[in-house]
Amino acid sequence: MVSPLDAKLGRDLWRMKGQALAIAVVVALGVLMLVMMDGLVNSLTETRDAYYERYRLAEVFAPLKRAPDRVLDYLRAIPGVAAAEGRVTGGALIDLPGLAVPARAEAISLPAHGPPRLNAVHLARGRLLDPTRPDEILLLEGFATAHGLEPGDRIAATMNGARRDFRIAGLVEAPEFLFSAPPGELMPDDSRFAVIWVNHSALAAAYDMDGAFNEALLSLTRGAETRAVLRAADRILEPYGGLGAYGLEDQVSNRFITEEIAGLVVTSHVVPPVFLAVAAFLLNIVVSRMIRAEREQIGLLKAFGYASFEVGLHYFKFIMAIAVGGAVLGCLFGVIGGRSLATVYQIYYKFPFLVFRVDPAAFVTGVAASVLAAAAGGLLVLRGVFTLTPAVAMRAAAPADYSRSAAMGGILRTLLDQPSRMVLRRIAREPLRTLLAVMGIAAGMAISVAMVNVTAAFDITVERNFTLVDRSDVTLAFIEPLPDRVIHDLRRIAGVIEVEPFRSVPAVLRNGPRSYRGGISGLVAEPRLNRAVGADLAPLPIREDGVLLGSALAELLGVAPGDRLEIEVREGRRPVIEVTVAGVAETLIGSPAYMRIEALNRALKEPGRVSGAWLRIDAAQSGEIFRRLRGMPAVAGVTVATEARAALEKVMDSGAGAVRYLMTAIAAVITFGIVYNSARIAFAERARDLASLRAIGFTRAEAAFVLLGELAVIILLALPIGAVLGYFMGEAVSAGFSTDLYRVPALFVPEGYGAAGAAVILAGAVSGWLVKRDVDRLDLVATLKARE
Amino acid sequence: MGRPPVRQGGALRLVSPGNDGAAFATQGLTKTYGAGPAAVHALRGVDLEVPAGEMVVLLGPSGSGKSTLLNILGGLDRATAGSARFRGAELTTMSDAALTRYRRHHVGFVFQFYNLMPSLTARENVELVTEIADDPLDAAEALALVGLESRLDHFPAQLSGGEQQRVAIARAVAKRPEVLFCDEPTGALDSTTGRAVLRVLQDVNRETGATVMIVTHAAATAAMAHRVIHFADGRIREVAVNAEPAPAEAIEW
Repeated sequence: MVSPLDAKLGRDLWRMKGQALAIAVVVALGVLMLVMMDGLVNSLTETRDAYYERYRLAEVFAPLKRAPDRVLDYLRAIPGVAAAEGRVTGGALIDLPGLAVPARAEAISLPAHGPPRLNAVHLARGRLLDPTRPDEILLLEGFATAHGLEPGDRIAATMNGARRDFRIAGLVEAPEFLFSAPPGELMPDDSRFAVIWVNHSALAAAYDMDGAFNEALLSLTRGAETRAVLRAADRILEPYGGLGAYGLEDQVSNRFITEEIAGLVVTSHVVPPVFLAVAAFLLNIVVSRMIRAEREQIGLLKAFGYASFEVGLHYFKFIMAIAVGGAVLGCLFGVIGGRSLATVYQIYYKFPFLVFRVDPAAFVTGVAASVLAAAAGGLLVLRGVFTLTPAVAMRAAAPADYSRSAAMGGILRTLLDQPSRMVLRRIAREPLRTLLAVMGIAAGMAISVAMVNVTAAFDITVERNFTLVDRSDVTLAFIEPLPDRVIHDLRRIAGVIEVEPFRSVPAVLRNGPRSYRGGISGLVAEPRLNRAVGADLAPLPIREDGVLLGSALAELLGVAPGDRLEIEVREGRRPVIEVTVAGVAETLIGSPAYMRIEALNRALKEPGRVSGAWLRIDAAQSGEIFRRLRGMPAVAGVTVATEARAALEKVMDSGAGAVRYLMTAIAAVITFGIVYNSARIAFAERARDLASLRAIGFTRAEAAFVLLGELAVIILLALPIGAVLGYFMGEAVSAGFSTDLYRVPALFVPEGYGAAGAAVILAGAVSGWLVKRDVDRLDLVATLKARE
Repeated sequence: MGRPPVRQGGALRLVSPGNDGAAFATQGLTKTYGAGPAAVHALRGVDLEVPAGEMVVLLGPSGSGKSTLLNILGGLDRATAGSARFRGAELTTMSDAALTRYRRHHVGFVFQFYNLMPSLTARENVELVTEIADDPLDAAEALALVGLESRLDHFPAQLSGGEQQRVAIARAVAKRPEVLFCDEPTGALDSTTGRAVLRVLQDVNRETGATVMIVTHAAATAAMAHRVIHFADGRIREVAVNAEPAPAEAIEW
């Protein structure tokens, strides 16, 4: 047997289904955002970890020149090492018919019998290697997809100067190559970098590594001290040309995906709470408005003898039905949204499977925030109604008291007409409410501003990098450092306008306990094609007497100009040099450290050597130039600036970057929701006043002015606040996206403010137009007869 | 204060200036809400003439059609069929904008629940109308007319129900309307206050010459009218003319 009150509850909900649904949807959007982002971030983290574990990704990588297999036993004896495996890796070039320049590749050996103990691969298509077939390879699926290669196809690869033909046995994914960037480049690019897995014996033969290895992989026991293991491995591999062992956190692919997830985490921490707060705010005002409209019924129920508590409970249930309904809807769609988003990311990050998980705390937070906001909105108004006697409650509410705002009379009288006064007095009478509406709109705008700013900052990062820093058309990398006369040879190629040499060596930079695995770039004194720029974006000369650090790197190492820095070079004679920090350069991409090329070569005791060159070329002759470069056996890789730029733009626009677009879209929806609801509520509260104005001869436009004037003032107040909030929010998000791989500057982008402001004004105009239609349609007779 | 000049042209173009002295004339005025078997016939063909400058009381039970007639004559509602003329101008075919101009320049309203703007003071509520009228009274003068000269700067929340209704009357008469429509003006008031309000309406009628039409339940109000129109079932049942209207104070409540 349903009690009469509960029956009333059901019917009231049905009667107000439109409004109830509108509120529930707003709540649902706020909760959805929270649950979705939490689900996404959790799932990506869990999936990454599970992928690493299932495919036994090593925790320490130790590249070296060449060591006999028995050295692995020494590595296995290091305390904390669970397993050690050696493999052969080497650079290769893959020439495909459609490519202007050959794609770079890394070849990796696979043991003949059974899967490797560490760094296994996931077979996506085709089959694994036949140990008896030296000409079979497994190819990284991303590269295959980019070039339409299938199992069974044949490709040619140049290894160690010799060209070999291979047959693709299968396409694979590997946890160590979720993101694969060509050596010396920072941005992953599936189409320009391949990884091939070859039978161990075949690859060992190709690189003269029979009975030896040039990369050791280690897994650690639980609780092992990584740093101690790295030190021990370096000591053991030192005599074999060890290039410095590094942990998983420094592994390129892992670092990239970890930074990506970190970017998503920042977004998920900054944005959903704002959405939830805005939803809570809307819920609060709409609920209080609904309860106020029920005043008469509350008086009636009390007159019948219902206790305040019973009546209160009735309305509390009513509010909760909407709030909880909305929150549950939000959780449901949040899970669905999170799962679909995670699936998109799964494909983008190339996870072979997905572990979807939402932290239960996200559900609890979402539901609790909605319930609290609704309860706060309802209880405040209910308390006011309960203090009235039933008789008073049943009578029409007395006119709202505006006498406190009479003080503004003096100036108003001379300057403003009556309708304007009505607008201003109403705003002044409920300053808190006005403030909340202003803040709600400002918050929505801030998210838009922040996202537009961050998007623009991404674009500016790319733009500046390719117009101010790297102005070359082509980057050449040599297999080994060459004598600098090669530069003259390059200059003689027809169509080559300018050539600038560089020397680059891998190195570890140290300042006390802080260190960074990167490299040193040796540049000419006044570079023209690849420059360092200062904070004012003017080019900086490369000094003879020190090292110029990128700002991200200087920050990371905690050094300033004048400080000393220790550099352990990981190539050639592997000298350890101490240099002064000569200056700090503004960096956008990567964390470079620049020295004068002569000074670097001197420190290496290898005078007159270059690792590669930057070229400016005549685009009309590029085909011929590429053909010539392709024919040079010393060239390890050719990077075309336009391709590198496209790759960078792709990285910034997909993955973590893509969430920006989603956030901007939802921010726009929420902003519109607040503006529209503010207008709607104002209309509902003032329908009678508006009808009175119409009755005494005000035109539709004049009546609408009284209503929309208030909305206009609120929007005008919200615009500057939204702009300021947006700047800081943008700064927080930019900082979250910035890594040592690339920096997203916190920018003041006028277009961002303009666009977000225009969107708010547009939302205001559309809401105004929608509500104005209702003003036009006001049924004067019915509205005037109603007692409110 | 004399009778306001009859406006020709200007805000409202009159088709044929009423020289017969009739403020309103209706013929076969019909209003139906809804359609089919559920239709409600609020007015079933009303023929009526209201001479200018009279005080007219419309009496009748709830749902008899008196408010509907008032709303149509006041330009708040539209007739389903028939004709309603204000000084010769046909109201039933007027555009919405023309009806707004009609309400703005020619008629005043007094409602049962006052319908003041809570955010404006008594004076400002009156100024709301005087700002958009062609030849209005001064707001303070209009309020003095209803005896509220000392309450000019009070907000509605600071006024009693009777005072609020008097502000509403001041607001209605400040534009010097040719007609004043009052729908249950005393419905929410006690007898003493109600009588005072009726007194004000009677004074307005006498002093400004405006035609005053009052819809009421209270039969006793009829005593103060020049003309009493009895409504029943959407039709006029009887029109009584009062040669000697009683002063409002004399009305038995």
